[in-house]
Amino acid sequence: MVDNNSPNKFIPYLREDRLPHIFCAGCGNGTIINAFLKGMENAGMDFDNIAMVSGIGCSSRIPGYMKCDSLHTTHGRALSFATGLKVSNPNLDVVVFTGDGDAASIGGNHLIHAARKNVNLTVICINNNIYGMTGGQISPTSPKESFATTAPYGSKDYPFKLAELVATAGATYSARWTTLQVENLIGSIKKGFENDGFSFIEVVSQCPTYYGRKNKIRTPTAMALTMKNNTIFKFEADKMKEKDIIGKIVVGEFVNKQHPEYSDNIQKLSKENFGDNTLINSAYEVLK
Amino acid sequence: MRVEIRIGGFGGQGVIMAGIILGKAASLFDKKEAVQTQSYGPEARGGASKCEVIISDKTIDFPKVQHPDILVAMSNEALIKYIVDLKDDGTLIIDPGTTDISNVQDYINEHNITVYQSPATQTAVDDIGLKIVANIIMIGSIVKITNIISKKSAIKAIETSVPKGTEEKNIQAFEAGYNLV
Amino acid sequence: MEVVKISEKFFIQGNEACAKGALKAGCRLFAGYPITPSTEIAESLARDLPKVGGSFIQMEDEIASAGAIIGGSWGGTKSMTATSGPGFSLMQENIGYAFITETPIVLIDVQRGSPSTGQPTMAAQGDMMQARWGSHGDYEPIALSPSSVQEFFDFTIQAFNLSEKYRTPVFVMADEVIGHMREKIIIKDDIEIIPRIMPNKDESYLPFKNIENGTNPMPSFGEGFDIHVTGLTHDEKGYPDTNDPITHTKLVKRLCDKVLNNKDDICSIEAEDTEDADIVVISYGAPVRSVITAVKKAQKEGKKVGYIKINTPWPFPDKQIKKLASNAKEIIVVEMNLGQIYYEVDRIMKCQANIHLMGGIGGLLPNPDEILDKINKIGGI
Repeated sequence: MVDNNSPNKFIPYLREDRLPHIFCAGCGNGTIINAFLKGMENAGMDFDNIAMVSGIGCSSRIPGYMKCDSLHTTHGRALSFATGLKVSNPNLDVVVFTGDGDAASIGGNHLIHAARKNVNLTVICINNNIYGMTGGQISPTSPKESFATTAPYGSKDYPFKLAELVATAGATYSARWTTLQVENLIGSIKKGFENDGFSFIEVVSQCPTYYGRKNKIRTPTAMALTMKNNTIFKFEADKMKEKDIIGKIVVGEFVNKQHPEYSDNIQKLSKENFGDNTLINSAYEVLK
Repeated sequence: MRVEIRIGGFGGQGVIMAGIILGKAASLFDKKEAVQTQSYGPEARGGASKCEVIISDKTIDFPKVQHPDILVAMSNEALIKYIVDLKDDGTLIIDPGTTDISNVQDYINEHNITVYQSPATQTAVDDIGLKIVANIIMIGSIVKITNIISKKSAIKAIETSVPKGTEEKNIQAFEAGYNLV
Repeated sequence: MEVVKISEKFFIQGNEACAKGALKAGCRLFAGYPITPSTEIAESLARDLPKVGGSFIQMEDEIASAGAIIGGSWGGTKSMTATSGPGFSLMQENIGYAFITETPIVLIDVQRGSPSTGQPTMAAQGDMMQARWGSHGDYEPIALSPSSVQEFFDFTIQAFNLSEKYRTPVFVMADEVIGHMREKIIIKDDIEIIPRIMPNKDESYLPFKNIENGTNPMPSFGEGFDIHVTGLTHDEKGYPDTNDPITHTKLVKRLCDKVLNNKDDICSIEAEDTEDADIVVISYGAPVRSVITAVKKAQKEGKKVGYIKINTPWPFPDKQIKKLASNAKEIIVVEMNLGQIYYEVDRIMKCQANIHLMGGIGGLLPNPDEILDKINKIGGI
């Protein structure tokens, strides 16, 4: 599949006829796509069996560039579409790309319920702490006192901690990394694919165009440095006082456990009580 | 001939089931048409329960009961509340164990209503030993009094509606009700 | 005489008949959220879908329910949801998504008194215009309205067939009366079921092509088509192309035209005694039952009156109505709202007849005697 002569070894996974992409220079999406594809390869996944679902926002545009079946849905609702898709055809490896606004604000309810149900989805949540697509508004993960076009005097709200929230809601795998811990991120994406359940990988990412500009961290390098200086590992954070963690990016794994999976449960219920009648692509048949 | 029946009682007596069985017997086994409706919402929660059935030889267009030809009252509240809707010269069937006819005697006389008494609840307890079959006993009485569905179809409808394993007890209850009036 | 082979008959609620229709049509995925007066549809399918290898999923809300059935449909499974007004409102954004992505799904709305929470256990037809215009933008919906328990069964199957045939969401706009009442249904064993057609896997296949009849075959995910499905304005391949006025116009016009150009196939109405009637009463859904009762009484009294029963309120069957009511001087529209389909009838018929609205809210089925009074009043003598 991979052609070593191509400028980037992951090019064959992309819809080349859609390039160039719309992402800004310095955006974290490129790093994340690379890490995603590497993690996927490391997990030994069959790319042809992957279906991607996304909502609305910069991160949700990623599936549109990937050469696989992709469902670019409504704002915040990707997880509900993905749940239906996975239940409809449990053989598919369903990946969801989402962002902080998409997953945690408008889609917050779907997020906790998909986690609670432990639907076998690999969710990559790109958290850049701002609404990029609409031009830099405050998001539910924006740090307190950060600036945005809708928080011109600094945000007074407390941000969500997504990886922790999803772990608490019932996900069987949840981790957070930044775009600087690429190897850890690749490892978590691999684990996400391997986990037979709801896997949530939050990637704290840089948006120099909006977050950087609004918060006077204008270059990608400056953003990377700020992220790096703010990052602490979970094992360190566990030993720290809560007030000392405020404003820090805690990275690591928040849950990694086994738990019966949603679409398996549905199939099992049917098979155990009524025999094996399940049929993939049943819409194409006249059923008796 | 279009016949409108209203069955009123309180929750747990099985008045809805009684109406479904009548409708089922008429439409599936008697080659007649039937529509069954019931009250929903707050009215159905407060303990009162109402079920209506229309049975006809012809297509039933308007599906709601406005003025029943037959009122079956299994609670005193239902008797008082619904008797005013009963047609003149209509039929009233009551369970004397759960209703007091003296409250509505004047109305019965003025409107020339024919009254039948079926002590369904008492028979259920004393003869069958199961209070919950009072509704099936009442069906037996309704069938005998009104002849609106055949006995054979009523039995078939009961057999295919009650929980498996309880068919015999229910048929026994139906027969008891049939012989009560 | 043609002998109709009857395979099964039941005395059941409209909502249960709807569930049976869905199963018969090949529905193998239901996603929904409990809401009166539609809940029995979900309850029936929660019981019966596992028996045939299907999936019942209760979602966190109606937005998620609509999303899940769209995802389910792209997964290769005929998918449905059922709701009532408040849930139908929540679903509107994803309904628009299903239109622009040409996703076959079936949505049942068992209408209740509204606006807002309104009258959960009472009947209404207040969502008819929401079915028409509820999501933002231009689109042409297909909607069916059953007037009996048998029709709730039949129309649910028809909804699936139409949704597959035209690759579009289809609504069944029922009401509390039809949803909750029990009647006999007969399930014949020669019911036509339209399956989805898998496209041929060749280079020239375009999932959103501007073809003559408007409807392209639809692949499912996982079959190697690498299809991109987006709610953004897209080109024939499915790729976003949001700034080109021509791409947008072509796409939206094709979606509208594939319904409008096939109205002869989609639209269904029934009529009695309208040819030489002075007065024609038009209705749909449960109120048809009141209308027929009233019209029969009026005819016995010697009135030249007939009725039209609209089975498919959307697309509006204007051609058929114009033809059947061509001699009417007076037209009465009976519906359980304060005037929705009335305005459609008024739009197409006002040049040739006086159009009267008998719209009732409150939750009760229109009283046949009141319709009869109206017929007598406007019928002069």
